[in-house]
Amino acid sequence: MSEVNPKEMIAKRVAKELKDGYMVNLGIGLPTMVADYLETDVIFQSENGMLGLGSKPENENADKDITNAGGQPVTIVPGGMYFDSSYSFSLIRGGHVDATVLGALQVDEKGNLANWMIPGKMIPGMGGAMDLVTGAKKVIIAMLHTAKGNPKILKECTLPLTALNVVDMIVTELCVFEFIDGRLTLTELSEGVSIDDVVNATEADFDIKI
Amino acid sequence: MNKICSMDECISKIHSGDILMVGGFMGAGTPHRIVDSLLKTNINNLTLVSNDTSFPDFGVGKMVVAKQFKKIITSHIGLNKEAGRQLMEGETEIELVPQGTLAERIRSAGAGLGGVLTPTGVGTAVQEGKQLMEIEGRKYILEMPIKADVAIIHGSVVDKAGNVYHAKTTRNFNPLMALAAEIVIVEAEKIVEIGEIDPHNVMTPATLVDYIVEGGI
Repeated sequence: MSEVNPKEMIAKRVAKELKDGYMVNLGIGLPTMVADYLETDVIFQSENGMLGLGSKPENENADKDITNAGGQPVTIVPGGMYFDSSYSFSLIRGGHVDATVLGALQVDEKGNLANWMIPGKMIPGMGGAMDLVTGAKKVIIAMLHTAKGNPKILKECTLPLTALNVVDMIVTELCVFEFIDGRLTLTELSEGVSIDDVVNATEADFDIKI
Repeated sequence: MNKICSMDECISKIHSGDILMVGGFMGAGTPHRIVDSLLKTNINNLTLVSNDTSFPDFGVGKMVVAKQFKKIITSHIGLNKEAGRQLMEGETEIELVPQGTLAERIRSAGAGLGGVLTPTGVGTAVQEGKQLMEIEGRKYILEMPIKADVAIIHGSVVDKAGNVYHAKTTRNFNPLMALAAEIVIVEAEKIVEIGEIDPHNVMTPATLVDYIVEGGI
């Protein structure tokens, strides 16, 4: 097997979950990479006020009035639209976003998610994350399986929660977990990864349906 | 009634201790000239209501660095390290609000509502100290309206009566804030005659706008 970048691998796998016609909101960082591997026709929602988020513009052609949620210049695809922040979150909270892909600090076996602060260390604020995971039809967590060797998939989150019982799927470089009937379930292994490898890197208990 | 005023006149409407709404999202759709003018004053002890604290050297982030706020109500401070430092060291009170909740709290103030019920934040720190209600088996938090003394907003094209067109993603919180403040000041990138903006494109109506300052960027 050739050398594979684990983040690219995760992004590629998540891309398969985004079906034709989906409205999708991608978080920053690893989740943004998912757009590079899409083979389906989806429309991206950007919480600052756009449906039809496109690629980065060529420098000379950047329009100062079209930005993404990070304040960076972007483009809009044909068929897109702009709206205000209330409408943006009506789409998000109202259940109209088919899938959101976000990173996580911790996820636990109840589907609880922690991804917005580390007390005393890092308090960036939740931005739109709490609304996204509460409203999106499918919440996909895209993350490296461990942080500095420590498990991130836990029996119970120890960091302040972003939301209760919202995660539908976790994609890491080792495997895919899905919540089936409310239970954390291992459904896929990456090439060359054994069930023991996953057990060793995961604190949570899980079912196996491969 | 002539609403077009000088920057000095505009700034004279803002006082220390005011609750100040500032439009924009990471600086896009922010009234940058008014912000820069406020930086040159001694106005302080303001309460800021804004989506984010931008970057330390851009938009409303500069006023954070200049410590002109005693309290900040916002959804995100992650790209302004100075805001994070002021929060950690207890120098500035910062209330972090989920972005969709912030939008609805502002909108509800402007829409004559007594608050909003949202499922966002249930079971998290956001819920602390707030009333919970269960409706058809789902839990909601009662979130209270946010009103302001003054809103400073950005307009891409503004007519002489004060009708505003917000281009592309500069719209964000601007039309919501115009409904929720006692005094609304719009910074216009371009001022045109009444009737030049297609009524379809008027996103904030003139009746909500009190003052227009020319020269937005």
